[in-house]
Amino acid sequence: MTREEVIAGLAEILEEVAGVDPADVSEEKSFTEELDVDSLSMVEVVVAAEEKFGVKIPDDEVQNLRTVGDAADFVLKNL
Amino acid sequence: MNKGSKILSFGHYQPSRVLTNHDLAQMVDTNDEWIQSRVGIKERRIADSETVADMAGFAAEKALAASGLTVEDIDLVVVATCSAADRSPNTACRVAAKLGIAAPAAFDLNTACSGFSYALATADHAIRAGAARSAIVIGVEKLSEITDWTDRSTAVIFGDAAGAAVLTAVGDDEEPGVGPVVWGSDPSEAIAIEGWRPYIVQEGQKVFRWATTQVPGIAIEACKRAGVEPSELGGFVPHQANLRIIEPIARKLGVNPDVVARDIVESGNTSAASIPLALSKMIERGEIKSGAPVLLVGFGGGLTYAGQVVRCP
Repeated sequence: MTREEVIAGLAEILEEVAGVDPADVSEEKSFTEELDVDSLSMVEVVVAAEEKFGVKIPDDEVQNLRTVGDAADFVLKNL
Repeated sequence: MNKGSKILSFGHYQPSRVLTNHDLAQMVDTNDEWIQSRVGIKERRIADSETVADMAGFAAEKALAASGLTVEDIDLVVVATCSAADRSPNTACRVAAKLGIAAPAAFDLNTACSGFSYALATADHAIRAGAARSAIVIGVEKLSEITDWTDRSTAVIFGDAAGAAVLTAVGDDEEPGVGPVVWGSDPSEAIAIEGWRPYIVQEGQKVFRWATTQVPGIAIEACKRAGVEPSELGGFVPHQANLRIIEPIARKLGVNPDVVARDIVESGNTSAASIPLALSKMIERGEIKSGAPVLLVGFGGGLTYAGQVVRCP
C-alpha cells in the first residue's frame, strides 16, 4: 500500500466519521485543530483505520497521532 | 423452583434540583455547546438532602404501588449502587425498613454502571432457583457526592437518581419475561472510584472505544439468547453513558431509532440508576407497548457489562 493510498483511505474515514471534506485532508493537517475532529471522533477514526488497514493502534498511541501524516507514518510502519 | 420471572412494574425518582449546562459553566471552564456535542447532556438532577437509601425507597414505593403486589409479597430486595457511602446497614435493608417489608433477603451489589442488569439477573436467578418469589430490584446513585466538581471532564457527566422494578415468578403456563443474561467483565482501571473519600476518574477515550466496539456484540448475544432480532425490539435501553456511545451502538444493532432511550439528555449519566430510570419514564410516556421485548445493556466501571431482553410490563 502506498502512502497516497493510506492518506486517501484516511480521508474517506474522516469524511464518514466526522464529516470532514476530503479536499481538506493533507499530510500536515492536524486532526483536532485544523480538521476539527474531537477526542471521541478521533477514537472512531482510529477504530475505522484499524479495520481498513488491518493494523492495531493501541490506546496509548492515539495521542501521538497529531497530524494526518503522523497517522500515515504509523499505519505504513505497522502494516 | 420457578420457570422464570417477569417484571410487573417500574418506578423512578429524581431529585427536584436541576443543574443545567449553563450552571456548570459558572463552576468550571466549559460551555453548553461543548457539553452537548461531547456527551449529549442538557441538564441533570442533583440531590440535596436525599440519601441513596431515600431515593431508592421513593423509586421502590412507586414501583410497588404500580405492581399490584403488597409489601407482604416481597421476599427479596436487591440494590445496585456504587455510591452508597454507608457500608452497613446496606441500602437494601434500609429500603426494606422504609417500605415495611418484613424479613426479605436484602443485599447490595456493585458493578457500577452495569449494576441494574446484574441485579435484575441475580433476582431472576433467585426466583428461578426457588429462593425467592417476588423481588424489588433497584438501581440508585448519588454520584454528586463522588464527583470532583473542579474536574471539567467528569463534572459535566453525572447525575443522581433511582429506578426500581418489581418482579415475580411466572406461572407454569406463562413465558418468562426476563431473558437470559449475558454478563462478564474486562478488568481495567479506565473508570475508577478509589479510596476512602473517592471521586470518579475516567479515561474517556479508552472507555468510549471499549463501549462502542464491545457493547454491540454483548447486545446481539443477549438478543440471540432471548430469540429476538434487534429490529424487533420495542425498546432499547442501554446504560445512559453518553449519547455518542448510545447512537452508534443503536445504529450497529439496526434498532428502530424511535425506540432508543435517550434519557441522558435530561438526566445525565446516573450509573446503575440510568436503565430503570430511562425505561420507567418511557413506559410512563406510553412509548413502549406492554409485552414488547426491550433490550437492556449495562456497561461501565470494572469494566463490567450485563444485558438481557425483558418483556415490558
